[in-house]
Amino acid sequence: MRHHLILRVITKLLVGPIIIFALYVQFHGEYSPGGGFQAGVIFAVAFILFGIVFGLEKVKEVFPAWLVHKFTAIGVLLYSGTGVVSMMLGANYLNYSALNPENPQAGQVAGIIAIELGVGITVAAVMIAIYYAFAGRPPVIDDEDW
Amino acid sequence: MNFFQIFVEAISWIAILGGCAFMLVGAIGALRFPDFWTRIHAVSVADSAGMLLLTLGMCIQGGFTLVTVKLIIIGVFLFITGPTATHAVANAAMVSGFLPKGADEFRKPKIAHDAKTRKLKAKKKSPLKGGL
Repeated sequence: MRHHLILRVITKLLVGPIIIFALYVQFHGEYSPGGGFQAGVIFAVAFILFGIVFGLEKVKEVFPAWLVHKFTAIGVLLYSGTGVVSMMLGANYLNYSALNPENPQAGQVAGIIAIELGVGITVAAVMIAIYYAFAGRPPVIDDEDW
Repeated sequence: MNFFQIFVEAISWIAILGGCAFMLVGAIGALRFPDFWTRIHAVSVADSAGMLLLTLGMCIQGGFTLVTVKLIIIGVFLFITGPTATHAVANAAMVSGFLPKGADEFRKPKIAHDAKTRKLKAKKKSPLKGGL
């Protein structure tokens, strides 16, 4: 990949804006189209693009595989933990109004942001884990076998 | 509606319709051109021009709003990524030994010579040969 000068320069240029756009989609999800799933996919795309152009080893230095697996679980834990917290506060599972009894709407906004964050973390981590699994397997077909 | 508004509307719609025409020409070129290189040329160039004109027309329609800022960001993004994607596809085709139509007999000896020095084996049967 050393000879792909244009791809390397453009990738360096684009990885940052892609991550910023993912965070915008993540935290703007309740006002405009978007949300946790889309934001997670866009966030993962930044890492996958970096891995395609610079190689799997480089992207594993940035975001190691063991950390990806941890984040896969942390997202689900955040999602279900929000539901359990609302249960502890005396309401149904994932009833966000219980998070802020004086102002139920603020509680709903906080709860939606929390579970969307969980969804985003899990989706991003799972997409990156799938990319690692596919890109890291040994080549079974040689180029000459086509 | 005074003269200035009509003028702005006219410029906007000229840009939008021009962009649509470029996109249409690019699509026809992608379908009707004979081989890979001419097709990728038609699609990339016409799409860049059509995208810029469409974005410009929609920016004028939007006025000084947040929508215009988002459209400009989208335009800059596509203006960078479109030619880069075309470059990547064309570069991959070139490296794998896929020659333009009619250039096969013309350049066969040179490619065969380069194959030894660059360790870039030009296959006798390229999987892409004959067009996509």
